[in-house]
Amino acid sequence: MVEMAAGYEGLTFWLPLIWSALIAFAVAMYVIMDGFDLGVGILFDAPQEEAWRDKMMLSVAPIWDGNETWLVLGGGGLLAVFPLAYALLLPALYLPLIVMLIALVFRGVAFEFRFKAVKHKGVWNRSFHYGSLVATFAQGMVLGAFVQGFAVEGRSFAGGMFDWLTPFSILTGACLVAGYGLLGACWLVMKTEGALEAWARHWAQRFLVAVIVGMAAVSLWVPFLSPEIADRWFSFPNIVMLLPVPALTAVVALALFRTLRTGRTGTPFALTIVLFLLGYLGLAISLFPYLVPPDVTIWEAAAHSSSQMFALVGFIVVIPIILGYTAYTYWVFRGKVAEDLAEEGYH
Amino acid sequence: MDFDPLLLSRIQFGFTVAFHILFPAFTIGLASWLVVLEARWLFSKRERFRTLYRFWVKVFAVSFGLGVVSGVVMSYQFGTNWSAFSDMAGNIVGPLMGYEVLTAFFLEASFLGIMLFGWKKVGNRLHFLATSMVALGTLISAFWILSANSWMQTPSTFEMVDGRAVPTDWLAAIFNPSFPYRFAHMVMAAYLTTAFAVAGMSAWMLLRDPANRGARTSLSMALWFAVIFSPVQILLGDLQGLNVRDYQPVKLAAMEGHWQNEPGEGVPLVLFGWPDEEAERNLWSVEIPNLSSVIITHSWDGQFPALTEFPEENRPPVAIVFWSFRIMVLIGFLMLGLGLWSLYLRWRKRLYRSRTFLYATFAMLPSGFVAVLTGWITAEVGRQPWVVYGLMRTSEAVSPVSGEGVAFSLALFVVVYAIIFGAGTYYLFKLLAQGPEDTGPDEGSPPFETRRPKRPLSRSEDRLEEPGPAE
Ligand code: HDD
Ligand code: HEM
Ligand code: HEM
Repeated sequence: MVEMAAGYEGLTFWLPLIWSALIAFAVAMYVIMDGFDLGVGILFDAPQEEAWRDKMMLSVAPIWDGNETWLVLGGGGLLAVFPLAYALLLPALYLPLIVMLIALVFRGVAFEFRFKAVKHKGVWNRSFHYGSLVATFAQGMVLGAFVQGFAVEGRSFAGGMFDWLTPFSILTGACLVAGYGLLGACWLVMKTEGALEAWARHWAQRFLVAVIVGMAAVSLWVPFLSPEIADRWFSFPNIVMLLPVPALTAVVALALFRTLRTGRTGTPFALTIVLFLLGYLGLAISLFPYLVPPDVTIWEAAAHSSSQMFALVGFIVVIPIILGYTAYTYWVFRGKVAEDLAEEGYH
Repeated sequence: MDFDPLLLSRIQFGFTVAFHILFPAFTIGLASWLVVLEARWLFSKRERFRTLYRFWVKVFAVSFGLGVVSGVVMSYQFGTNWSAFSDMAGNIVGPLMGYEVLTAFFLEASFLGIMLFGWKKVGNRLHFLATSMVALGTLISAFWILSANSWMQTPSTFEMVDGRAVPTDWLAAIFNPSFPYRFAHMVMAAYLTTAFAVAGMSAWMLLRDPANRGARTSLSMALWFAVIFSPVQILLGDLQGLNVRDYQPVKLAAMEGHWQNEPGEGVPLVLFGWPDEEAERNLWSVEIPNLSSVIITHSWDGQFPALTEFPEENRPPVAIVFWSFRIMVLIGFLMLGLGLWSLYLRWRKRLYRSRTFLYATFAMLPSGFVAVLTGWITAEVGRQPWVVYGLMRTSEAVSPVSGEGVAFSLALFVVVYAIIFGAGTYYLFKLLAQGPEDTGPDEGSPPFETRRPKRPLSRSEDRLEEPGPAE
């Protein structure tokens, strides 16, 4: 790592490092927070009763917009502090990103339109379900493409429109669907009661099996994508230090199975978050310090120090405030979803 | 077939941003209007303000939802379609938009939940705070995005390092020369758009049901706003024109359709005409002698640079700029006219009864939206061929993506936006058909307590697709 940062000193060394941690934080926030409401959307086709759908949607309606804003922060943040990465990654991922954005349009408008509809409720149910499903799958493919790396020449993307489409990215797309599905189901376990809660527990277990299979498949595949990653995981001192990551993952998955059966309501959701963070950590270890693998490091992609510094001040001052009022909103809508939300007079 | 990624990206960007701006233009104003309604309810305790709030907040929610989804699309397009621009200007434009996310989007999005769903979960005051935060968020959002856009129009305080713009003074970059004018003019535009939309919608409700009290109050409040602020907007527009004169003279010449300076003569104001770029003159023009000189240089026969004084490759498409500018200005004066008419009718006590007036007000419903769009077209097309004025041409800004890919995405956007716009309009008019509940001559009824006992789910009057009384 040190040799890759050669020539960068002082601010030009530290700022990109700090910012990559902060961007990673924003992306993790997004994955967890929008992950569970997209997961609720993924499950939206399954229930037989319309009343269940009402509750499922109400459980996320007051907070989904704030959750999605982390996605805007991820994109906008990249432009602000790693403009070169933004300029390389977005054209490379043109089609999956456009498809994701369109899918998010369908899932976003469904919140407003479904509550207003009677005759066409089914249309907006599907808009919500397929919007969530497609957006998730596209995000998973973006992730897969990112791990695989991009063709870069000079300061621009030099590959084709379909470089991202490979068996590996299809696998990661499917894995993310299972992952968000798990998050969504565990959210519903926490937010609903009775038959709906039992139903959500059932689905959580199915998704959990899929997630474990998926994580194993991806973990086995990744080292073969590039010798450099294989080297990083399997060379001597590293393998000892990194072993805890898969081991912990197994432990958490087991605990998750048990809590889903024993009737705890909050724990499954919390454990799923831990599971996600562990997977995320493994990925970070495989890729660091590349921002546009396999060529461009965080230092090469960094904006001018003056820009990174200016943005850092804002981030450090404002993010705690944002986390504060976000927590407050979640607090206001805490507990099991009650019907009086729908009766607010607003819808 | 050969698809040109540059042309298609321009069409796609113009289309998606024009679609997006329709909703902020409305929600910036509506959010502030809701603050006013809730404040009046809190202070006066008159039930009708709360009823009106509960009605207009539904209109707000639909528009806000459409604004959010189309906005998220925008924030990715700088990279997907204009990556060379992002690389060149990202050091400056990026942090400005980053601040928008941090200081505005999170604020709006988080408090929106409480505003829409939280009335019974938090007290009245906290709910009022949530409404205010959402309104504040929309204004902060406009602040940052207009700062970024204005920097692209009048870039200042930067140096070029390895072909990239690097800021030298952040404060001066934020408050770049055209920003204060653009911000003031845009926020006022949003308020006027809302005022005319609310007035138009209320007129529509009154035409169907002349006794509707809520519609009367809304109409009256919106028209007061229009009377007071449409002259202000004309003044702000004039100031912005002077700013364009100072920083983008070729755009001004295109707006005025000013091709040639004659020695010693003043410049006429071209009322109508067709700018012919081949012949470098206006066809069929109707002109008022010397008026442009007076407006722009504040002297009888002052001159300002004409189009032919600039090389052809630096001129914007003249006809588009010329006509969109005229449409906006015409609407500005129509707004003023409708405001004055409403004053006259108030004096004659016929404001709610003159059907001609109500029809005219209804016809003006979309006027603000049209003015906002044509205003932006003036500003953005007038900036061409530059994407960052004087620094980078639009043709150099485009991403290395294939034309087929952009053609596909553009087609997708057109179809999808048509669907959601259609559905949104349909549900809005369903809402209007239902109208605010009539609370009767209620003055001074006691305020609602916040934590009422539960009532059964699904109140029938909130279900829109059941036949309303007026259908
Ligand atoms: C309700 C909306 C509305 C109304 C009634 C007007 N405008 Fe406007 N105008 C806008 C909404 C707008 C806008 C959407 O806000 C624009 C687009 C970009 C900008 O900065 O503001 C704009 C741009 C804009 C520009 C171009 C600025 C540039 O390129 O930087 C000028 C010179 C004016 N306006 C002048 C006027 C005048 C003289 C008006 C009076 C009759 C007027 N506007 C009415
Ligand atoms: C404040 C935020 C905005 C920014 C940062 C911005 C930025 C840009 C950029 C980068 C382009 C160059 C690409 C091109 O030429 O197509 C552009 C063009 C354009 N923009 Fe904006 N824009 C903003 C707001 C708007 C709004 C609100 C409208 C609404 C109508 C608009 C209308 C257009 C149009 C019509 C073009 C195409 C001009 C042409 O290609 O001839 N812009 N803008
Ligand atoms: C090309 C430029 C633009 C980009 C990239 C952009 C981006 C966005 C994004 C990402 C959102 C969603 C925020 C959320 O998740 O809550 C949004 C909403 C919003 N934008 Fe834009 N925007 C642009 C132009 C504009 C302009 C010109 C204005 C007004 C002056 C504006 C005002 C707003 C407002 C008030 C909202 C709040 C939600 C709403 O009412 O729709 N935006 N924008």
